[in-house]
Amino acid sequence: MEAIANVSRVWRRSLLGFALAVVLPLVTGCGDAEPPSPAARPTPLAAKLPVHTRAVPGVPHILVDAGGQATKLACSTCHSMKQAVPTQRGGSGLRLFHQGLEVAHGNLTCLSCHNPDDYDALRLADGRRVPFERVMDLCAQCHGPQARDYAHGAHGGMSGYWDRTRGTQVRNQCTHCHAPHAPAYPTMRPTFKPRDRFLPVRSESHDD
Amino acid sequence: MTDAAPTPPSPPAATGVSRRRMVKALGATLGAAAFGTAISPLFRGSELNADELMQRHYKELSAADKQTVLRRLEAEAKEASGRDVTIKDAQPRPKTKFVYAINLSVCNGNGNCVEACHKENNHDRDSNQSYIRVLEMPKGTMDMEKGNTTYTGAVPQKDKFYMPVQCQQCDEPPCVDVCPVQATWKEKDGIVVVDYNWCIGCRYCMAACPYHARRFNWEKPNVPAAEVNPNQGYLSNRVRPQGVVEKCHFCLHRTREGKLPACLEACPTGARVFGNILDPKSNIRWILENKRVYVLKEELGTKPSFFYFFDK
Repeated sequence: MEAIANVSRVWRRSLLGFALAVVLPLVTGCGDAEPPSPAARPTPLAAKLPVHTRAVPGVPHILVDAGGQATKLACSTCHSMKQAVPTQRGGSGLRLFHQGLEVAHGNLTCLSCHNPDDYDALRLADGRRVPFERVMDLCAQCHGPQARDYAHGAHGGMSGYWDRTRGTQVRNQCTHCHAPHAPAYPTMRPTFKPRDRFLPVRSESHDD
Repeated sequence: MTDAAPTPPSPPAATGVSRRRMVKALGATLGAAAFGTAISPLFRGSELNADELMQRHYKELSAADKQTVLRRLEAEAKEASGRDVTIKDAQPRPKTKFVYAINLSVCNGNGNCVEACHKENNHDRDSNQSYIRVLEMPKGTMDMEKGNTTYTGAVPQKDKFYMPVQCQQCDEPPCVDVCPVQATWKEKDGIVVVDYNWCIGCRYCMAACPYHARRFNWEKPNVPAAEVNPNQGYLSNRVRPQGVVEKCHFCLHRTREGKLPACLEACPTGARVFGNILDPKSNIRWILENKRVYVLKEELGTKPSFFYFFDK
């Protein structure tokens, strides 16, 4: 909560700029379908095609066993009947659906991001409701440098066209790469190694 | 000729093309063709053929010559692998200079770029050839000679950073200077290319490159037919002959058509940024203007078009 409470006025102003730069394209392009096909022939005055931002899942659901039948339930189904616990961090101590939920995201509580007035949406630090589809608004509140770099194509993966007059560029959103509850990028294993003719195989494994 | 009495013969220069010059040119053309035909039986059953031997330097090929060469190479590729491939000759576009940057705060050394390059560019499967090497570097140095490419296991390690190195597309490329036959040169959009049919395999360029960015085809690249990438370029990813040098060409068969390079699309961390530095609104331009970028071995004066930066 501290981090969010410290959002300064200056920062909010720049946040607005970010919202315009990054989030607006988001509204236009949604749905995980194939991006629009590239323009076949570039013209001298060709306008840039909009960036296609990959959609993130919308309102989350859980599957419950209702008399032998898998049934989808929205978060609000249970939470509308429950009192919010402002100090709750992570899944420890919870008995029903969130057991074992690992949270490693700064000093945040559940309600730093989740909206106690409407569990089918998220909440900005200033109390405004923000839908799950626009989760980047939420992340950008604390992660300003990343949001700025993202807006300039210097953070987050992309595919498609560098030349947007000739084809669509496809961008990720924050949660495509970072799990919201434990956002640190996971360690990976390199699977493809060179077999240079003259390179001594040192077989230095980090696992040994 | 008129039958009027003694008129002095007109000087050869006055007729534009002298008979002697025409005969010479005709002789040279016929001679080359006849020579090609004469030696063609020598190449029966071998990989080399007379057409290939007589092929001129890429820059001397007319548009029609190029078409002939490209169709011949496509036919040869079809014969070799049974696959239909398209070999194009994408040209640099005006007002375009390609620049690459890698965010080393984000790169975690997973090596997906290395594999994507391997597949995109029809590299030899036996040697896991690729234009990219990811160096695992000890923190506190930028000396790429201290890097290690054979690391395995979980990455990133806390005391290391990871630096992918490929052709730096230098503005002062030492590899181009040393080539004795001009088989490699820098194109208008900044990409240093190789005419694989002109390269004699002397490997001077490999010795000259301070970034170890060039690769030699010790053997004919072995690519299973099913895995051949059929979208090919003459100066880029067509399957190379044995005994020639090759290098990263910024995926010119993709990038000259506006697409992002294969290594960038494959990067799961988003560390790679590519674009046209002449476009003031491009991503790459923003990075060069706002991040503290550095180049490898700056002291050599090679002026790379390839930049590295850290977030902090």
